[in-house]
This record gives sequence, C-alpha cells and structure tokens, in this order.
Amino acid sequence: MTATVLQPARIALVGNPNSGKTALFNALTGSRQKVANYAGVTVERKEGLVTTAGGRVLHVLDLPGTYSLRARSPDEAVTRDAVLGRLAGEHEPDVLIAVADATNLRLVLRLVLELKQVGRPFVLALNMFDIAQRQGLRIDLEGLSRELGAPVVTTVATRKRGIEDLVAAAEALFVAHAEKANIWREPTAAEIRAAHGQAQQIMRSYVRPAERPDTLTGKLDGVLLHPVAGLLILLALLFVMFQAVFTWATPAADLINDGFGALGGLIGQIVPEGLLRSFLTDGLIAGVGGVLVFLPQILILFFFIILLEDTGYMARAAFLMDKLMGKAGLHGRAFLPLLSSFACAIPGIMATRVIDQKRDRLTTILVAPLMTCSARIPVYTLIIGALIPQRNIWGVINLQGLVMFGLYAAGILSTLIVSAVIQRLFWRTGSEPFMMELPAYKVPDAGLVARQLWQRAMIFMSRAGRIILPMMVLVWALAVFPGPPPGATGPAIDYSFAGMIGHAIQPVLAPIGFNWQMSVALIPGMAAREVAVATLGTVYAVGDVEGAGLSALQGLLHAQWSLATGLSFLAWYIFAPQCVATLGVVKRETNSWLWPAVMFGYMITLAYLASFATFQAARALGWG
Amino acid sequence: MSEVLLSIDPAVEAPSAAPSAASATGVVQPLSQAVRGRPGVIVRVAGDLAGQGVLDAGELERRLLELGFVEGARVEILHEGLFGRDPIAVRLDDMRVALRRREARAVEVRFEDSAV
Repeated sequence: MTATVLQPARIALVGNPNSGKTALFNALTGSRQKVANYAGVTVERKEGLVTTAGGRVLHVLDLPGTYSLRARSPDEAVTRDAVLGRLAGEHEPDVLIAVADATNLRLVLRLVLELKQVGRPFVLALNMFDIAQRQGLRIDLEGLSRELGAPVVTTVATRKRGIEDLVAAAEALFVAHAEKANIWREPTAAEIRAAHGQAQQIMRSYVRPAERPDTLTGKLDGVLLHPVAGLLILLALLFVMFQAVFTWATPAADLINDGFGALGGLIGQIVPEGLLRSFLTDGLIAGVGGVLVFLPQILILFFFIILLEDTGYMARAAFLMDKLMGKAGLHGRAFLPLLSSFACAIPGIMATRVIDQKRDRLTTILVAPLMTCSARIPVYTLIIGALIPQRNIWGVINLQGLVMFGLYAAGILSTLIVSAVIQRLFWRTGSEPFMMELPAYKVPDAGLVARQLWQRAMIFMSRAGRIILPMMVLVWALAVFPGPPPGATGPAIDYSFAGMIGHAIQPVLAPIGFNWQMSVALIPGMAAREVAVATLGTVYAVGDVEGAGLSALQGLLHAQWSLATGLSFLAWYIFAPQCVATLGVVKRETNSWLWPAVMFGYMITLAYLASFATFQAARALGWG
Repeated sequence: MSEVLLSIDPAVEAPSAAPSAASATGVVQPLSQAVRGRPGVIVRVAGDLAGQGVLDAGELERRLLELGFVEGARVEILHEGLFGRDPIAVRLDDMRVALRRREARAVEVRFEDSAV
C-alpha cells in the first residue's frame, strides 16, 4: 500500500546564456541524462531524470539560454515554445526553474518578469552563489521571493550545493498546482523598458552591490582583447590547438587502427576464405574502424572548444574574429562552427545553430565543408608523401609541410570568398548585428567538461556512425560484386560495379588528369573522403593501406602518377563534396533537400574547375 | 547610491533627441562615436538612429533593450577591435557586452564633461 507511484513532474530550466544552466542541469541529473533532437527542428534536446527525497521522478529539460521569450533564433524559439507548452511532441512543463547567475541579476530579473506572465509556477535558482558571497554581494532572499511571488533557492552547481533544496522547492510547487492564466505576449519596446525599470527597482530594494567586484575579468580582457596582443594570443592558441589535434591524436588513432587490424586478422584465421570473411574484415570491421578512428581528433578538438566556452574565452574569440568574419559577410559567431569544421564539417554544421539569422546560418552551413576537415588528411598525406619531394627550401621550410599549409590556406580562403559571394550576391543583405555578452571568466569544472566531451563523442558515434557504417558496407559491396570472371588477371575491383562506374566517368575526368583508378576511387570516396585512400590501395592491389601497404601504395603512385595529376587530385579534394554524411546532416539541419543539392552542385563545380586549372597549369609548367 | 538615475520614461524621452542634452550638463553623442575609457549614461535608445540595416529599427531597438542597453544605464567603451576600431566591447552597468559600431549608433549617451 506504500507502493503508490508518485506522479512524475516535468521541470524545465530557463535562463540567460552563461548563467551556469548546463552546470546546474548536470548537478541535478548527474549521469541520468540523454541528448537527442526536438522533433522537426535540429535544436538539441537535453533531458535528465532526478528522484526527489520523497521518491517522485522529475523529468528535467535543459532549454537553450535566452534573454527573452521573444525568440530570435531556432534555439530561442524552442525555449519559448517549450515554456508556453506549444512545442510539437512535448508536454508542457509543470514547473519552471529560472536559473540566474547571482552576480549578474539585472537581465535575468527582466526575463523572470516575462516568465511570471506565463503563469506557470517557477522557482528562482541563484546559481554561482559562492562567487556572489566572495564578492560581498548581499541579496535579501526573502524580499526577492516575496517580490517575485516565487521561491528563491541559492545554488553552487559545480559543488552540488543547494541542489536538494532546489529539487524540494520544485516538487512543492508541483504538488501545490498553483497555476495562473497565461497572459504573456511579445513585449513591445515600451514594455521591455518598463520591465527593465521594474527589475532595476527590485535590484535596488533587495540586492546590495558587490563590495569586492570581480576585477580579474577586466584585467584579463585588458590583455586578451588588446587589439594586437589579443589577436596574437588567439592565433597562438589556435596553433597549439591544431598541433594537439594532429600530434596527440595520432597515437590513439594508430592504436585503433592496429586494434581493428588485429581483429580483422583474427577473424581471417577463424573464418574460411570467401565472401563472409571478406564482408566481416573488409566491410564490417573496416567500417567500424573507419568511424572510430576519427574519435581521437574529435575528442581533442571538442576538449579545447568546451574549455574555451566554459572559461568564457569563446565570446572573446568571436569578438576578435568579428571583423574578419564580417568581411566575409558572416557573423563573429560563425567563427565557432567554422573552427569546428576543421575536425569535421558535421559537428561544425550542427554548431551553426548559435547563429540567430536564418540566412547567415545557411551561408555558414554551405561553406563549412570547405574548411579542411580531418578526413582530408589521409588523402593529402598520401598524395603529398608520394609526389612532393621531401626537401627543405631556404634550408628551413619543409616543402611537404608547405604544400599541406597551402591546402589549408586554400580551404580557409575559399570559405571566406564563397560566403562573401553568397551573402552579397545571392542574399543581397548585410550581416546580422553582432551583439553578445562577454561573460566573466571562470575556472571550468573538470567533471562538467568530461561529461560534455562524453556527450559529443556519443553524438558523433551515433550520428556519423549510423551513416558511415552502412555506406562502408555498400562500398564494399560495390567493389566486390560482381566477382571477376574465371581466369581474370586484373584486380577484382576492375570487374565490379565500382570499376564499371569509374570507367564510365573517366572520359569526363580525363581533362583534369584523372586516370581510371582515381575515377574508381571517387565512387567509394563519397562515403567519406579518407575511404578513397583505402580504395586506391584496392585498385592498385597493394591490399591493406596500413604500414607497409601505405608505403607500397605511395611508391606505386610515385611511379605511375605525374606531379600534375597529383596536384589536380589535391585541388579536387579541397572542394569536392566527397562526403554523404555531410550532405545528410545538411538535409537534417535545413529540413530540405534543396540545400544539400545546392551544396553538392557548387562544390563539385568548383572542384572540377580547380582541378582543371591546376592540371593544365602544371602541365604547362612541364610537370605533366 | 551611485546609480541614482532612474530609468527615464520613454514616452517623455523618445520623441526628440536634442532637448535631453539641454536639461543637464555634458555632451550627448552616439555610442558609436564615443571615445574609449570615457564613461557616460545612456539617454536614448532608438533603432532608427542606426539607419537601414538587416533588422528593422524596432527589432534592433528591442534587441538592444533586451541586452541591457536601456535609458539610465552606465556605459563605457573598454576595448576596440584592431581593424577600424570595430567591434567595441563596452561596460554596461555591471556587465560587459560586445557590439559593432554600426548598431552602437542606435544608442545615445551623455558624457559628463565635454572635454576629454
């Protein structure tokens, strides 16, 4: 009879950006959270569970940060619709938790006044209360609670302080059922001013300003936002970041490669020679390995990105890069998605939802794949190693390194040029206003960084993995079926579907210097750019392109390809949309096949033109 | 004590730009033309001051207001970008906010003494 199950309650977290909302969500739900997407839109949906002292289960929804219920971006629209109970496929929340940075109350109080109009019961969580206390900020909690007509709880999310009180307050509101009528509507400018006045009044009555306000942020900004020193520090930081991505990730990626290689070898011993063994080792295991091998790079890159965001530096980076981005017709915030695209365009494209305006966002999505993603590295490394001599110019600059740098520079430059062209010629608009809060610097919380990193890894594995793996198996099938006729002498792939397609498109690719082996490699290379390397290994019959196989392939390419052909292939890979996963994610983000089609069309045109120009110029220089 | 300036009633403040300057000492200037390191108080926020942009005047005004650019708030340019001294980072009461000079034209500020 005591086993009556208490009715679960739905709680939603609402707050300004930088209020420590994610930390609070993490403190509330711990490991009991899952990340998905809202139905129909691509905004990330984070929900977690917490059980109250009395045994009631609370479903906690972490809504995107906002300054107002008047939504300006897809993320903020989710927050508004969720709060108002209008979001398709979502139940309306029973209780709201308004999350506030206790040291920065003015704007959130105005948001709270808007929330109050919604009529749903809410509790105000004054987060980062330890910092407020350290600064000597005094808040009359009872007065504030009386004024707002809502309970006020102090929390320190990173130390899990005040969490039980907050849960108890939310549950009490749920039990009390004190809902009022919703009288919210989009405020006019005059109403926003009036609400500011009211918030100011509340501040004056119940909050005594900090005795020892944060001076560290001002001092740090003096250096980090310095017009010259700040830019140099940002560049140095980016340099360290990419060094780390490429050097630290290599041992881990090698380990993954070796592990899957060994697994394939083991299966080779158990399963007899034939189609099944080929499917298991070359299709399935190679496919899973092909997804996993990117994980180290993505983890390291996101480790830096999360760190930069959680310390508060990311907003400064956007500030420093805004002018440059503005020249390309983009918003300073486009810097983050484009930066992420260095690892992979997929997280980069998903990160474009930080951009408010739809057109700016579309432009950023369309150009993100031009940034040199890590999947191009195996292709670049293979071709550079095979065809560019290993020597120094002027004694210090490594020629191979210089070509690699040139490829990256070409990627960045084309990103900026293409976006400027889209913004100026196609949309004919200026760029969205750049306005953002520069939050106080904070020491990031190790646990929170680790959890966010884990979530990124899972998102990558499930979203990218789900597309790459079947493609790898399809590619395997294309390259294996139909089998070679009895007595055939050439490599088996020559007789397969992939071989047929490669031969069929080869005449079109002849003017850009591609032989039929390259044309064949482009087909499976659609699955993911780096797959082209493995396919070249197959068509040139060197087998596995790890270790000895890779050097054998490089030797073959060195003997069989002209420098002009190699350069043309590199130019192709700067632009070509050789990645179905990217096209898939663009479809999901824009909710239309139009934009992936536009992307595919413009990228393949640029690739062909660039390769044509490169090949013909190189031949004219006698490199043919 | 220090922030005795009440938020000014927009109905009184908004219609004209000039009279507000006459009622008190100091010089009224758009934030976009302000000098770094000189504190002032916002006297008027009006989207149409910024001219034609991506956003219509009313939307720009509401966004500025939501970010805390409201009449009576203390404001001071803290940092400027390298190229064309743009964008600017400003202290806005107890917060720091970054914006471009283009949008800063919509914010009029009274600076205390006319001399730098």
